[in-house]
Amino acid sequence: MAFEVFGYAFMQKGLIAGSAIAIICSLMGTFLVLRRYSLFGDALSHMAFGGISLGLFSGIYPLWTAYAVSILGALGMTKLRKSTKISGDAAIAVLLVSGFGIGVLLISATGGFSVDLFSFLFGSILLISNEDTMLILGISAGVAASLVLLRKQLLHFTFDEEQARVSGLNVDRLNYIFVIIAGITVITSMRLVGILLISALIVLPNITSMLLGKGFKQTVIASISISVFSVVFGIILSYYLDLAPSGTIVMISVAILVATLGAKYLGLIGKTAPIQKAI
Amino acid sequence: MSMKALQVSDVSISYNGSLAIDKVSFDVEEGDLLGIVGPNGAGKTTLFRAILGLQNYSGAIRLFGLEGKKYHPLLPLIGYVSQKVNFEQNFPATVSEVVAMGLLPEKKLHKSATILQNCGCCWNRVYKKINKDSDKVLEALRTVNLESYKDRRIGELSGGELQRVFIAKALVKDPILLILDEPVTGVDVETQKKFYGVIKKINEENKITIVWSSHDLEAIAKLANRVACMNRQLFFHGQKEEFFSNKDLLKTYTESAMQMHMHHH
Repeated sequence: MAFEVFGYAFMQKGLIAGSAIAIICSLMGTFLVLRRYSLFGDALSHMAFGGISLGLFSGIYPLWTAYAVSILGALGMTKLRKSTKISGDAAIAVLLVSGFGIGVLLISATGGFSVDLFSFLFGSILLISNEDTMLILGISAGVAASLVLLRKQLLHFTFDEEQARVSGLNVDRLNYIFVIIAGITVITSMRLVGILLISALIVLPNITSMLLGKGFKQTVIASISISVFSVVFGIILSYYLDLAPSGTIVMISVAILVATLGAKYLGLIGKTAPIQKAI
Repeated sequence: MSMKALQVSDVSISYNGSLAIDKVSFDVEEGDLLGIVGPNGAGKTTLFRAILGLQNYSGAIRLFGLEGKKYHPLLPLIGYVSQKVNFEQNFPATVSEVVAMGLLPEKKLHKSATILQNCGCCWNRVYKKINKDSDKVLEALRTVNLESYKDRRIGELSGGELQRVFIAKALVKDPILLILDEPVTGVDVETQKKFYGVIKKINEENKITIVWSSHDLEAIAKLANRVACMNRQLFFHGQKEEFFSNKDLLKTYTESAMQMHMHHH
């Protein structure tokens, strides 16, 4: 039967938690991509690798150390960018390599790679416990609610930071809040596709939906739909084909992007943004 | 009684030790349309940024009689259109979504209205119009004649259309002062004319005080009632007729503008 997959408890948990993660990643990704922070997720997750290693090294539950290290790293990077005028991509590179560097160092000190570590690197959505599922759902609800509440401020700030500042928005504070929410989103999502593929969930559905040439609200809805579809379809397909869910999810997102690009090239969807008339 | 919307007193701004603005002082009465002229690099944008709290300065800047050093409480009520907004060409927002970004939260509006009443300015525009936000957006778009563009994606618009959208975004909060920094530089003549019509309408019908910098002396002569001429220092500030009848001043301005122009090429 085609629907037997839904009967397994591990599948149900995986699909529910995966969908929640898909929603917050695409919501957060909208702002990250538009602010040219596409690789920020990667930087945070590599930072998280350092955090996980720290947890395994010190015996603290690795997820908590991952949250702590990533959020601190992200805040540090924001500060670094502001006070030294290092460009965004360079600052991301600094964060990424220092996080991963510490991770490799601590892993070697702890005695090499373990199963736990592998599940963080490549995701393990079908292995999550009931507690993990509840935690993911709870955090996702919190992240989604914060982003919905802050959507107007975040949109204005993303579109034109200076104007947002003049209109009375506390831009610096908003930036810190934004970075913290991004950190929480990335660490929570690691269970689905792993540290190494996290950017796929943040970036791919969003650039696909932006190609459709719609307004903000519709773009966000399209992005969430693509994201949830990729995750659900990816998990089910990986079960039948006996493949890794994370890779399957990511390649489905890539396929949707390529198909959308093709449809756009053939003129089937969206208007191509015309070259702006000379100003 | 007319009130002073903006008072700039002895404002100086320095960049890396050199003065970009040197003791500039002028007032803008409520309802005025002040045209600021001056060559490129004269410090017009820098002065605007100081008024908007984006630039440190010495001296005093008062909005409706009220001075605010770190963050002026009335800033949210100032509409500002900069020379050029750099945004992602593919930004997924429609024209009406961009205009709606200019809306202020109700709480902030009430706070600002209280401040204005306290400083003796009877500001009833905000209370008069507690329409729905979507009505306000449409009304602002109607003012700049772009109502039919409301669902178009922002990246599809031409330069002149974009600047009109940004004016609508500034208008949607019912500003008490509108600052336009060379809003139509490099836009074709036909579009400029339409744009000037919009500026006139906003000033005369909506009774919004406007400070507008431009290189277009002809347009300033036609639209502004007061003129300020500056190049680091303020050379002139007064009635437009006085400025345009002063041949020496015009000559100085044109020459320095020409020089700057030659310098740039």
